[in-house]
Amino acid sequence: MSTAGTTRDYDSGGIIGRLGRDGLLQIILIANTFIMLAPIVIMVFSAFKSTPEIFQHPFGLPDFGNFVNFSKIWTQTNFLRYLMNSFLVTGASMALILTLGTMAAYAIARYEFFGASFILMFFIAGLTLPLKLAIIPLFMLMRDLGVLNNQLALIFVYTAMGLPTTVFIMTGFIRTLPSELEDAARMDGASEARIMWSIMLPLVRPAMVIAGIQNVVPIWNDFFFPLVFIQNDDLKTLPQGLTTFMGEYTTDWGVLFSGLTLSAAPIILIYIVLSRQFISGMTSGAVK
Amino acid sequence: MPKLRMTGRGLWITVLLAPPLAFVALFIVYPIIAAFAYAFFDWQGLMRGEFSWLDNFHTVLFVEPYASWTRNAFTHNIMVFFALLVLQNGLGFLLAYALWRDMPGARFHRVAVFLPVVLSTIIVGYLWKLFLHPLFGVVNQSFRGLGMPWLAQPWLGQDSTALWALIFANAWHMVGFPTLVFLAGMQRIPTEILDAARMETQSEWVKITKIVWPLCAPSATIVFVLLFVGAFNWFELPYIMAGLDGSPYGSTDVLGLYFYRTAFGNVSSGQQDFGLGSALAVLIFVFIAVVASIITVRLRSREIEL
Repeated sequence: MSTAGTTRDYDSGGIIGRLGRDGLLQIILIANTFIMLAPIVIMVFSAFKSTPEIFQHPFGLPDFGNFVNFSKIWTQTNFLRYLMNSFLVTGASMALILTLGTMAAYAIARYEFFGASFILMFFIAGLTLPLKLAIIPLFMLMRDLGVLNNQLALIFVYTAMGLPTTVFIMTGFIRTLPSELEDAARMDGASEARIMWSIMLPLVRPAMVIAGIQNVVPIWNDFFFPLVFIQNDDLKTLPQGLTTFMGEYTTDWGVLFSGLTLSAAPIILIYIVLSRQFISGMTSGAVK
Repeated sequence: MPKLRMTGRGLWITVLLAPPLAFVALFIVYPIIAAFAYAFFDWQGLMRGEFSWLDNFHTVLFVEPYASWTRNAFTHNIMVFFALLVLQNGLGFLLAYALWRDMPGARFHRVAVFLPVVLSTIIVGYLWKLFLHPLFGVVNQSFRGLGMPWLAQPWLGQDSTALWALIFANAWHMVGFPTLVFLAGMQRIPTEILDAARMETQSEWVKITKIVWPLCAPSATIVFVLLFVGAFNWFELPYIMAGLDGSPYGSTDVLGLYFYRTAFGNVSSGQQDFGLGSALAVLIFVFIAVVASIITVRLRSREIEL
């Protein structure tokens, strides 16, 4: 925020007027933050309450030592399995996206060859296409590949969906790297693969973090593709498993809220620690 | 570069490019092209039948009951788009402006406004479904507690308010995104321009409308287009909060639900029709592509290079 100092006294229309206007904006911000956080706080509080307590004292402080709801989830539902599945699918997709995305971006950014800009355009075209609308052919394709009701179907789709943004971000970044190091290594007779692996890759980590965050959140949160591809309860990912679980415990609100809390917890905790990286990663497609 | 190494280098470039290109070609480009082809055939379950020209398009657009279902869902998507334009992007601009002034606590407010954005739509949908429960939900409990029992409505249960409840939940979920895109746009405005504006006028309104808003045009273009594409792809939130039929009585039915129902069937009727589903997908796809490109070109032309 380098502009902070100058924006603050950007307007000098009298101290009273400025206080009044800033006060109004401050009130808007506080009210908005309250609306953003209150539902999450109520969700976490309710996770520690019994259902009658939620109905009678929805805003009251709970007994934070009460883990009845959580232990029900741990012992009576498939929650842990859904969580592991989400980790597996997201992890595999991210590994593929970052590996393949960096390979393509490196080729496009560091070598001059016929069709390079066309290939970049090909990847970028995939950025804007709403793949949900191609779900029928995708369903048939996965059936023909024999991966329906298999997490590979999800990993394939997520990898393909993640590549356009990753190639776009990584190409832009790799182009900015100086070529001296590369040329020096080439003089010394290093192979192209070795130049990429030992000299260039260590330099692209910041862009990988941005591209990684931009893709990891939608993949972790996705519901649509599991809904179509996965039927077997043991293979479901967390958002999809949550729908099964919410259907089974409709009247036990304590368990419902603790299920929501547990599902939201991993990403909220990581977000609180890495909020700056999350914000720049998730808006990087929209901010030049 | 010595000639000898050219073949080796070409091979190396191919090795780097082929696998990622294969993924995109097989799982993005092929399905989208195939979706267009599927729409021109008659389908029997998973079996492709006769080439049927434009019959599927004709059915979804002009044959009852499909025609009224299509119109109903399309109207709702339009409403969702315009409502979110105000509630999500409009509010986002206002919040960005407030954050930009960098008053005490701005950093905290910025983290808070973006927090719901990282949550899954499924979590957000269920959370608000519980909150909007007519008897025990916190929304109606608050209205009763604040002495406004007439506001304690079955928000999701009556067709006059259900869609608005979904729009509100979506705005709560996503408002942080346009906020931070606008904020980034504002932070790029050069301070010389702001200083010059300060010399010219005292009016905050003039500064917002004549300086800040025009110079944020690139951010506005991108959040506008993304909102448009998102509004016409709307699926998860209505699916969770209103169900696949867009209850009550189709008052929350949108193109995403309708397309899914037509293609894959729903619980009450196992009927599935890939032909009609593909025709719908193609129509939605073409509509999004055409309108989004027009919007982009029109909005780009009013952007100012800094």
